[in-house]
Amino acid sequence: MNAPLPEHALQFMPSAGFRARSKEVVENPFLRKSFRGAMDFLIDKRITQFPDKEELESLRTLGEHIRQYNLGKLPDILEQLETRLTENGVHVHWAETPDEANAIILGICQKHSAKLMIKGKSMVSEEIELNHAAEAAGIDAMESDMGEYIVQLAGEKPSHIIMPAIHKTKEEIAKLFYEKVPGIDYTDNVDALIQIGRNVLREKFLVADIGLSGVNFAVAETGTLCLVENEGNGRMSTTVPPVHIAITGIEKIVEKLEHVPPLLSLLTRSATGQNISTYFNMISGPRKSHEKDGPTEVHLVLLDNGRSQAYADEQLRKTLQCIRCGACMNHCPVYTRIGGHAYGTTYPGPIGKIISPHMLGLEATATMATASSLCGACGEVCPVKIPIPDLLMRLREESFTAPHANPAMRGQGAGYSALVTGIWRGWAFVYRSPFWYRTVTWLGSRFGWLMPSKQGPWTTVRVPLKPAPKRLRDMLKERG
Amino acid sequence: MSEQAKNSQRPTDIYFFATCVVDQFYPGAGLDAITLLEREGIRVHFPEEQTCCGQPAYTSGFPDEARKVAAHQLTLFPENWPVVVPSGSCGGMMKHHYPKLFANDPARQAQAEALSSRVYEFTDFLVNVLGYQPEDKGSDCTIVLHTSCAARREMDVHLTGRQLLGNLSHVKVALQDHESECCGFGGTFSIKQPEISGAMVEDKVKSLKATGAERVVSADCGCLMNILGHAAWKDKQEGRSTPSLPGEHIASFLLRRTEERSSK
Repeated sequence: MNAPLPEHALQFMPSAGFRARSKEVVENPFLRKSFRGAMDFLIDKRITQFPDKEELESLRTLGEHIRQYNLGKLPDILEQLETRLTENGVHVHWAETPDEANAIILGICQKHSAKLMIKGKSMVSEEIELNHAAEAAGIDAMESDMGEYIVQLAGEKPSHIIMPAIHKTKEEIAKLFYEKVPGIDYTDNVDALIQIGRNVLREKFLVADIGLSGVNFAVAETGTLCLVENEGNGRMSTTVPPVHIAITGIEKIVEKLEHVPPLLSLLTRSATGQNISTYFNMISGPRKSHEKDGPTEVHLVLLDNGRSQAYADEQLRKTLQCIRCGACMNHCPVYTRIGGHAYGTTYPGPIGKIISPHMLGLEATATMATASSLCGACGEVCPVKIPIPDLLMRLREESFTAPHANPAMRGQGAGYSALVTGIWRGWAFVYRSPFWYRTVTWLGSRFGWLMPSKQGPWTTVRVPLKPAPKRLRDMLKERG
Repeated sequence: MSEQAKNSQRPTDIYFFATCVVDQFYPGAGLDAITLLEREGIRVHFPEEQTCCGQPAYTSGFPDEARKVAAHQLTLFPENWPVVVPSGSCGGMMKHHYPKLFANDPARQAQAEALSSRVYEFTDFLVNVLGYQPEDKGSDCTIVLHTSCAARREMDVHLTGRQLLGNLSHVKVALQDHESECCGFGGTFSIKQPEISGAMVEDKVKSLKATGAERVVSADCGCLMNILGHAAWKDKQEGRSTPSLPGEHIASFLLRRTEERSSK
């Protein structure tokens, strides 16, 4: 079942094309079935990790509190982190924008005359589109996480923050490898495919000039960068090349080492249904003089990219509690229908809908917040209890109300329409007044038969809505 | 909430907040719910001035408009009686969102808080306040229950509907695939993202039909409007003259099953 993604689903476009992209996916039965199967698999894996509902709830509450505590002290612990890391011999860099982050990273590469950068999985590096920037600077940036390697070979972007190639079938990957990896025979055996990838990547680890990784938690009191992974490529990327560059968002900081175990437990259990990941790396600095391995230089790039905008608002700040487990997308009926590429943003799914507007502005992302039935499945599974449905409603408000002074967000009012606002004002006028409500609904009940048979988007898959000939209040009066 | 309710005395009077959807589109469901409550010896008061909880504007990003409509509802329930709502979604709006909606209006917020503690979703009220145990007088049948997302996740009353149906000795309640998944309604979501909403309701109706149940019941008319609307559209597309998936509010089903000489 080769179900190629539609051409434009593979490109990152502003969310204006969201409806067209999602339409193409929902009309493709192969993709529908494939996404559903993949998400069901992840949902089932997660639930086996949480047999005890009470334990789950108390751990989620603890996770929420840890994240809120640390966000509350964020300016202080960022400073503490910088001090400790510097003491440990790590170079700390601050980037406000993706361009600044790329310039810092490429500057380090150029200083070392780097030709090849091997990358562990990092969504922040996707966020800044580091691979494009590296390519433009003549540096080969190669993904070493198997899923990332696959999407890079295919010239695509990750469709899921934990499972980048979840949209691809085994057969598609087999075909891709056969076409792109020189000197191999065709196979669709998963173990053999993984072995092919490993063989290619092993060579690259040995010759890479730079290793790049993300960070799951940065511990301020010790100056430790924690990295969660399953393939060992994270450890290879951060220990074999002579220079290691880590990049992360400014919100990923915890003050104390003791904050890590509960978050780690929530992360791996929520993300992949694993009790613990295969690898958990704690990086505390470059190779010391008496040590025989490890990079001689370690850098950390701390990226803002709109996070401080979210931070400044009490409600929107909750967005930054996220530990990037992806459970919200696995459980989202919308993500399950359309997959990650349709969103057109680095972070798809519910977390993508609430974080992307801070990175890209509401102008480019206004439609995303409307793509939710507010069913609450995301909030229910979020390991740190981010109230995602409430935040979606807030973003709708920020987008649709008329532009005003001192907005909390870039692009506030981007979705404003005088007509739509007028309709809601009219609606409120009728529904706040018993007289007008009675009058309008009476007319509806008498003349419901005049309702058109085509009622816009509602009747594309439903019969038209017709008010009942008698309202409940009429029936109650008749009954006496 | 349920604990508190169980310990309190059985009320003699309640307010019934029908919701605008029931008043205009499913009046029979409202009448059946009222009849059922009255049969249990409760005096049901229907404030004539009631309109809508305000949720459509609230979830669409127009909290100011929602506030105006909600503020009117706050004035309708002066006595300290329970307010029973035949919808988890509208009940959730009044119980959980009204206090937030009036965060900057202390007088109204106090009113909203006081109201919040008295708001009950219909099935929750039957089970946890009245201790209602329906006696089944109908013949054997298989049905399927759809629970709204608000009833499940906001009101936390996803078990009460199943519990009530479980009391009916001749009714088998089938379990659909992906039971807890949203039907795709979501208010204006169904209009703004019709492709995704359409895919969700298509899958929902398929899974409900696959159980072989002869009808679907739900305690939320918003979901029913969406689910039954799609099922009927599909029937029309495929040239069926009788509905392949009839459905109704759980109040109507319960009332019929418990009436003398009922056939279903």
